[in-house]
Amino acid sequence: MDLEREFEQTVAADHRVEPRDWMPDGYRATLVRQIAQHAHSEIIGMQPEGNWISRAPSLRRKAILLAKVQDEAGHGLYLYAAAETLGADREELTEKLIAGRQKYSSIFNYPTLTYADVGVIGWLVDGAAICNQVPLCRTSYGPYARAMIRVCKEESFHQRQGYELLMTMMSGTEQQRALVQESVDRWWWPSLMMFGPPDAESSNTEQSMLWRIKRHTNDELRQRFVDMSVPQAAKLGVTLPDPHLVWNAERGHHDFGEIDWTEFWQVVKGAGPCNAQRVEHRRKAHEDGAWVREAATAYARKKEQAA
Amino acid sequence: MTRSSWPLYEVFVRGKRGLNHVHVGSLHAPDDEMALRNARDLYTRRNEGVSIWVVKAEAITASSPDEKDPFFAPSGDKVYRHPTFYAIPEDVPHL
Repeated sequence: MDLEREFEQTVAADHRVEPRDWMPDGYRATLVRQIAQHAHSEIIGMQPEGNWISRAPSLRRKAILLAKVQDEAGHGLYLYAAAETLGADREELTEKLIAGRQKYSSIFNYPTLTYADVGVIGWLVDGAAICNQVPLCRTSYGPYARAMIRVCKEESFHQRQGYELLMTMMSGTEQQRALVQESVDRWWWPSLMMFGPPDAESSNTEQSMLWRIKRHTNDELRQRFVDMSVPQAAKLGVTLPDPHLVWNAERGHHDFGEIDWTEFWQVVKGAGPCNAQRVEHRRKAHEDGAWVREAATAYARKKEQAA
Repeated sequence: MTRSSWPLYEVFVRGKRGLNHVHVGSLHAPDDEMALRNARDLYTRRNEGVSIWVVKAEAITASSPDEKDPFFAPSGDKVYRHPTFYAIPEDVPHL
């Protein structure tokens, strides 16, 4: 039986490809790149919010934020495990992240300047992530799809805690409402950029759709996110910072303004506000933890010898 | 800095009493005990389990997808192993 044809039939029938199945090199490489980038995003994504754990305003809010950041670590680990089923090496993935040879989502290169950012990240950034991730629960590679199902279940808590936090602030003082609006103003456009370049410029989309790794194009998902967010913003009482944002009855969707793709590519290429800081922090954490990994290995070896 | 050589463990969780353990994913750990603790933190943060098994991935022997047709073929032509193979009159009760 022709291996390539069998693979194509499996994918076309919407069956899942499993780790030990034959797969084209390009499929494997695309998945490793995408899953690694996704895992790195979860791990780097711990930093912007981790920044506020010690300063969250109450024990309740601290506990929530701590649980959320712990979830991000968990999501990173589910995804690294999925990447390993394709033959990727865990240590090597971390090394590539630290060396800047593999990317993570650009959104985490923006700073968290106020506590309202914790709420807005939950609402908009996690909201955009959910739009991206829900279709991935049906992606053609089994271990990736299964990891995404776990991630999506937990991500719902993230978005709701963010929205609830913002509702609380919006029912507070004038100053608190201003903080929320200011935060929305900063995060709205970067959130739209999370869906990646427009379809016409997205080099990987076509092949990924054929392989059913991706199920929707960047622009489709971006539109879905805009349509979801508008009524949520209205209920919250904030203004989305786009004068061109308007309902288009003919399309049945909201029209919205032009995204600043120059900014997007600058941040992708490393010139965002926090790129250097994020990677440096990850490098330091990895190196500072080396003695723990070594000590645990030595202890395990000693116990084995004693047994 | 030396590279970590922590072995890979596969993790199985029993969701609740009465169910089988089901494979949920994998993780790295220095030894069995830490694998169990890490599995708890990673895979049961929301009461997803009442029991966990961890086993070193290298200890698992698996059938190969390349030979799945010949490997599972012996059961393919034994339709008489299924209850629907047998025609029983409709009016025979409890059968």
